[in-house]
Amino acid sequence: MSTKPAVETRPAERWLRRAAAVPYLWLLIFFLAPFLIILKISVAEPVIAQPPFTALLAWGERGFEGIRATFENYAFLFQDGYYGIIYLSSLKMAAIGTVLCLLLGYPMAYYIARQPPRRRNILLLAVILPFWISFLLRVYAWIGLLNNRGVINEVLIWLGVIDQPIQLLYNDFAVYLGIVYSYLPFMILPLYANLERHDRNLLDAAADLGARRNRAFLDVTLPLSMPGIIGGCLLVFIPAVGEFTIPALLGGADTLMIGRVLWDEFFVSRDWPVASAVSVVLLLLLIAPILWFQRIQAREQVLAR
Amino acid sequence: MVQIRDLSKQFGAVTAVDRVSLDIHKGELFAILGSSGCGKTTLLRMLAGFERPTTGQILIDGVDMTDVPPYERPVNLMFQSYALFPHMTVEQNVAYGLKKEGAAPARIRERVSEMLALVKLEALAARKPDKLSGGEKQRVALARALVKRPKLLLLDEPLAALDRKLREHTQFELANLQYQLGTTFVVVTHDQDEAMTLASRIAVMAEGRIAQVGTPGEVYEYPASRYVASFVGNINLIEGEVTAAVDGRLSLRSDALGADLAVATDERLAPGSPVSVAVRPEKITISRQAPDGNDRNVLKGTVWDLAYFGDQSLYRVRLQGGAVLQVSAQNLRRSAKLTVEWDDEVFLSWDVASTVLLQS
Repeated sequence: MSTKPAVETRPAERWLRRAAAVPYLWLLIFFLAPFLIILKISVAEPVIAQPPFTALLAWGERGFEGIRATFENYAFLFQDGYYGIIYLSSLKMAAIGTVLCLLLGYPMAYYIARQPPRRRNILLLAVILPFWISFLLRVYAWIGLLNNRGVINEVLIWLGVIDQPIQLLYNDFAVYLGIVYSYLPFMILPLYANLERHDRNLLDAAADLGARRNRAFLDVTLPLSMPGIIGGCLLVFIPAVGEFTIPALLGGADTLMIGRVLWDEFFVSRDWPVASAVSVVLLLLLIAPILWFQRIQAREQVLAR
Repeated sequence: MVQIRDLSKQFGAVTAVDRVSLDIHKGELFAILGSSGCGKTTLLRMLAGFERPTTGQILIDGVDMTDVPPYERPVNLMFQSYALFPHMTVEQNVAYGLKKEGAAPARIRERVSEMLALVKLEALAARKPDKLSGGEKQRVALARALVKRPKLLLLDEPLAALDRKLREHTQFELANLQYQLGTTFVVVTHDQDEAMTLASRIAVMAEGRIAQVGTPGEVYEYPASRYVASFVGNINLIEGEVTAAVDGRLSLRSDALGADLAVATDERLAPGSPVSVAVRPEKITISRQAPDGNDRNVLKGTVWDLAYFGDQSLYRVRLQGGAVLQVSAQNLRRSAKLTVEWDDEVFLSWDVASTVLLQS
């Protein structure tokens, strides 16, 4: 560690330092503040009023009367086994969706990384291209495809493969399909960024030392792409756990995901405090993987230098 | 013994290696020298098994290796960039080849520590490659490539990534190691100094072909062609016309020099035929007085340029015909004043036997 020399900082440097504060400011306004509001609501009691919860700070006729906070909402979440099951089910569905994304995304990223630079850019563009259409529209489009009267069933019937439409929509299968379809680019891009940097000589070196191609892949490429795998998995897993749109549009009545429960608590039951508690618990569940992701990112940046 | 038989490699319409035949002896330190794009890297990759020859054969100890994949060849390669596995420690890198061989753990440990001792890296066994200096990486790469006791070790520009000081030191270390182990080494390099100091024999490659094979001395003093003569070391090339050929001596007239020269050779060329000869700068003596002695070519000229290096000086002397010859002279006497200065009238002379007759 070097000690900072006592030199007066130039204006340009001062501005740079101020500019570096912008992301923190952003996080403060758009992450921390909303989170504190949610946290506040989660310790309130539901009332039929506008807004539908009690205030944290009680003001009476004689001024400030004290803090009114309750942990009943949290207690309710833990007592009612229903929520635990849904949290677990969300984690399970997100995990399976993530693994499917990885199994599909890894070969794709690997293939793209090995193409000549021109083709690489075209293929990467193809991966990103769906983002030009609204996410909601793309999920809706799947309804048209998976419907009993949808394109897939119609074609299969026309081909004579089946004579009754198969139930493709409103079940877990459709949700997995939706997750894989929507989140695949988030898996491919970090994997590609990692694989593209690999030194091809390393595979030659492994072959030279006696490893067949598959062995060389397992010994060299796979361990070196671990940061990409972890990064991609977390980028898919974290948003997939709280996913609302996909289970709401493609899932069935028995598809249990916490995003839908959140929606129902907020907009159907209008129980904002319980809904807030649900989302606070969800965030706490995801904090460990988010922190892990941050660490991997930092390490990747060190390696890239 | 490695035999390369009529080996060619084509990439589309480009012939990278063109009918190369070479015999590399057991225990030899052989260098393949050539500029970039001469096909030496392709030849090396074919020896390692990464490229399939278009035609021809590679035999090692009489066994045809042409279709044997790299992971089954008794050949190992030290990569130019070293290609160390970044996620493995020094020890794991060195052990990798033995593990793939399926050697017993005890034997791997023993052999790895033996190799690490050989390259003096025992203290760094647990380090990852990114915590090593360039010279240390080079030694890990060498240990890793030698651990399986290959019949043939290929070295791709082994010293190119090292800085100058380290390179000189490593050159001798590498040569010593090769002598100690007796493994056949083939070094591929574009650096003639590297080839000259390391190798017992050199193959000079140009445009996919072998231009000359010989000891460093043979290649330097008896270059077979203009290309070899100018690629290896400094040389003065002189064009001329044969005037007479008698008794192992060729006389020629060079208009560029404005002088007659003699070459010691048994070659008999008809008078009037064009001829190229060459003479190395250090073979020429520069003096202010007319030199005496027989069997010497003597020319008169003016010092046009000079460079003082301390141990030696390099002169560029313009001759009567207008051509410029390079002369290098050892500064044998201690003196701050040069014996020959700019614009001095000087005599250049060299032994008739030092003149090289070049096949065009």
